[in-house]
Amino acid sequence: MSGADSDPEQQSPRRCRMTGDTIFALATPPGRSAVAIVRISGPASRFALETICGQLPAPRVASLRTLRDATGEAIDRGLVLWFPGPASATGEDCAECHVHGGRAIVEAVVQALACLPGCRPAGPGEFTRRALENGRIDLTQAEAVADLVDAATDAQRIQALRQEGGALRRAVARWRTLLVEVLAQLGAILDFADESDVGEDHARDIAQVALADISASLSAALRDAKRGERLREGFLVVFAGAPNAGKSSLVNALAGRDIAIVTPHAGTTRDVVTVDVAFGGLPVRLADTAGLRETTDPVEAIGIARALDQAEDADLTLWLSPDGFGGLAPPGDVILKVRTQIDSVPERLDDGRADLSVSALTGEGLDALRNRIVELLGGSVVIPSLVTRERHRLAMIEALGHVQAARDGLTAGLWPELVAEDVRLAVRALDELVGTVGVETVLDRLFAGFCIGK
Amino acid sequence: MVVVGGGHAGCEAAAAAARCGATTVLVTQRWETVGVMSCNPAIGGLGKGHLVREIDALDGLMARAADRAGIQFRVLNRRKGPAVRGPRAQADRALYRQAVQDLLSETEGLSLLEGDVSDLIVQGSTVAGVVLRDGTRLTAGAVVLTTGTFLEGLIHLGDTRTPAGRMGDPPSRGLSARLRAFGLAVGRLKTGTPPRLDGRTIAWNRLDMQAGDDPPEPFSVLTDAITTRQVSCGVTRTTEEGHALIRANLDRAPVYSGAISGRGPRYCPSIEDKVVRFADKTTHQVFLEPEGLDDPTVYPNGISTSLPEDVQVAFVATMPGLEKARILRPGYAIEYDYVDPRCLTAGLQVRDVPGLFLAGQINGTTGYEEAAAQGLLAGINAARTASGAEMVTVDRAQAYLGVLVDDLITHGVSEPYRMFTSRSEYRLSLRSDNADERLTAAGVLWGCVGARRQQVQRDRTEALVAGRRLLDSLTLTPTEAGRHGLRVNQDGVRRSAFALLAQADVGMARLAAVWPELGSLPGWMAERLTSDAIYAVYLDRQDRDIASFRRDEAVSLPASLDYAGLPGLSAELRHKLSAVRPATLGQAGRIEGMTPAALAILAARARDRFGAELLG
Repeated sequence: MSGADSDPEQQSPRRCRMTGDTIFALATPPGRSAVAIVRISGPASRFALETICGQLPAPRVASLRTLRDATGEAIDRGLVLWFPGPASATGEDCAECHVHGGRAIVEAVVQALACLPGCRPAGPGEFTRRALENGRIDLTQAEAVADLVDAATDAQRIQALRQEGGALRRAVARWRTLLVEVLAQLGAILDFADESDVGEDHARDIAQVALADISASLSAALRDAKRGERLREGFLVVFAGAPNAGKSSLVNALAGRDIAIVTPHAGTTRDVVTVDVAFGGLPVRLADTAGLRETTDPVEAIGIARALDQAEDADLTLWLSPDGFGGLAPPGDVILKVRTQIDSVPERLDDGRADLSVSALTGEGLDALRNRIVELLGGSVVIPSLVTRERHRLAMIEALGHVQAARDGLTAGLWPELVAEDVRLAVRALDELVGTVGVETVLDRLFAGFCIGK
Repeated sequence: MVVVGGGHAGCEAAAAAARCGATTVLVTQRWETVGVMSCNPAIGGLGKGHLVREIDALDGLMARAADRAGIQFRVLNRRKGPAVRGPRAQADRALYRQAVQDLLSETEGLSLLEGDVSDLIVQGSTVAGVVLRDGTRLTAGAVVLTTGTFLEGLIHLGDTRTPAGRMGDPPSRGLSARLRAFGLAVGRLKTGTPPRLDGRTIAWNRLDMQAGDDPPEPFSVLTDAITTRQVSCGVTRTTEEGHALIRANLDRAPVYSGAISGRGPRYCPSIEDKVVRFADKTTHQVFLEPEGLDDPTVYPNGISTSLPEDVQVAFVATMPGLEKARILRPGYAIEYDYVDPRCLTAGLQVRDVPGLFLAGQINGTTGYEEAAAQGLLAGINAARTASGAEMVTVDRAQAYLGVLVDDLITHGVSEPYRMFTSRSEYRLSLRSDNADERLTAAGVLWGCVGARRQQVQRDRTEALVAGRRLLDSLTLTPTEAGRHGLRVNQDGVRRSAFALLAQADVGMARLAAVWPELGSLPGWMAERLTSDAIYAVYLDRQDRDIASFRRDEAVSLPASLDYAGLPGLSAELRHKLSAVRPATLGQAGRIEGMTPAALAILAARARDRFGAELLG
């Protein structure tokens, strides 16, 4: 053997690959947190940063910027960092956006990035792969790369298994089977029209029906997507009530550790403190909030505003009160009234309006409360959603977009090769989820259905 | 260097090697059969026409020979987009053979030797020449095998079996054993051909006739006009009576009696296959194609068969217009040896046998065009090997030739491989109208493009650039467009002629009514610029795809990588990777069942070659 195609030593290793695609992903664990970090890597990183944050910060200096979406609407204020390659984590131009860790904010940032040309969500392990290829990490580190799911709770594990066991795979497989059918019909029109008994109108009709089916089914799955994300990231249970109602004590008691500062002084918790726990197999995020009361203290007022925001977004709000639920009622769709401090507050002060009574100090009523929380939250997760990851969702949105374009193209009488191009891109978007479909699959389908050959 | 075989692959290989400057010997059984079309008397078609244009772009023979010999030219898919239009021509069999032989005779540095190659000269693990049956030894820096259907060929006609490479020619024997001794996987494939009819016994006046394009569009950029007389084809169809006859005689068809083990192509089924697999169809179209201007032989396209001759005679008579048709030569099926092409590099050299190249049906393909395209690439690389130069490759984003080779060496074959436009993911970029733009410059660098074509190409490129500049410079406002009857949004934005051309309902002819200077653009250029305009939006996206594809293609994997000992891979992937031994990360990614995690492991090996050497 001779020549370049056989001898790798003749080609010098690439020091830094500036790649065509720019990838992005949430780098911190999904769900609520004080700060969420979205990482970007690739040649369009600078463009992406300039587009959503305005002015480019100095390299490797954290700078405060307002992040905006495509319409110019502010998403959040946060710290952004700019790491020009090759001295970056992946060896390419990189950027980070540190934003507040709310779902809506992270989603808005991700959406804004997804809209930019040349930017797409990172595939599994893709940052690592780029780092590897550009020599930023070594072989042993690379071998440690594994796409393991960190299932913290039983319900998450069940959903992970559901995916592992193929629920999403099966759904995608069905869509792909339909898309392959469409490609086969278009292939028959394009490659065999002159040498077989292909009825072009009939083939178009079949393609149109299949595309309509995929479109409906993909749309339905996307509508379910939110629920799946919640199950993966944790249900939000907000503890609200008047100052010193015992919110922090109860959170600590339920979590089994001290995460909130508990003092006998009213107004101690001025911000939102969260802790992740598993109740009956469900991932639950407990959020301790500032006590709700009229205040003139500006810092406390911000805490109260955040508490109200949280309560509005909660899957369940626990309204805590030791003595009859006076004062401001928290907002929220599902509210459970919990009488607290039953060890110290005389029972006569209870007006009978509480759903449950507990004592954080003695532990009385805690099991009943846990069970009730599981009961209230569990109802909404009987059927785990197919779609649990933002990456899945974006891939499906992309596929749906191409399916729609293909439908429009067929309706408008566009050339079949252009329709086929959209169908191919839809297949590719789905392939991002579960693997690849070879052209042989399409041909198998085609030859099974058409008598081809002169 | 030596080329074994005088079919379409062999002729292109020999001519290309000679053009590249290698002293080349073409060894074939008989000079008079060089350039013979053994089956269908046609060149081109969908996907295949693209290949012919690519062969032309690299200064190959096929397009020019077809232009000289073509007696009916038709661009298929006229009503679809330019990317999927495929030029096709029926050829006068004698004229085609003559054209190929003439072109070979004109090629400097190429000589021809009649002989039957029975073995290879092997030095160590390197092939250094061939041995003829009469004992003659020819030494060479490289050998290209293009054995077609001749390698251990076996003809089936009913229950009669005859060792042959083609009806009337003996098979090639001995080479298979040598190839097996190299450790190559040798298998059997099957193909078939229909009976030939005597045109003088066909009732043409009762048949529908199909004419070609007027004027005919040539394949080659070097051909100014088609001068050969043009003819029409007849169209008839099979009947239920004929289908019943075939069903009644299925046990006498070797494919169904179990006599044939090799797999045949699904897209070129025999008539018995059609009747069995598509039982609900009561009729199939049959094209009656003249084999030559001065030849009464007619090729009935669509009824390839290996049924016994008496059944063929009875069956042919069941078709309208063929009631009295005489069979000049019966149809038959042929089984032959092929080599699992996953043993090849992208340069078509056997990976583990330096000096040995394979091209054409021996690699599991079918079709003259597929064979010729491979022959061309193998010829260039064999010449380069002989002179110590680096091998060249063509990738999937560059040409159908690249798709063809990559599919073969990555996936292997399970049936004879034929080209379709659906095989290319960059279909909108790889058009038959821009093959020269995609390949000729590369061909010039490789040394396989002659002086005349270089000049023609320079002129075309210059003219094209000027044409595009002209289209960009001519602009009008929406109001002006409206006055000329062109529908555009009244948004006040000036549009260039190029932008207007992208609209489906605006052709160059309508623009020429606005700007008369556009009326004088040559036809090929008007067509090319229109394609570019129509696909512009899609091509931008495809260019990004191509950039991403080329990134992974640029990461080469060490040839010495020991996949069996690589941790973290499934047994199935190890097995596949060991068989394919991908040259690049991109090729590895196209192997069926490849996972992102496995690719990450390979990427690590690609980067850390030193580590790979230690571990491998």
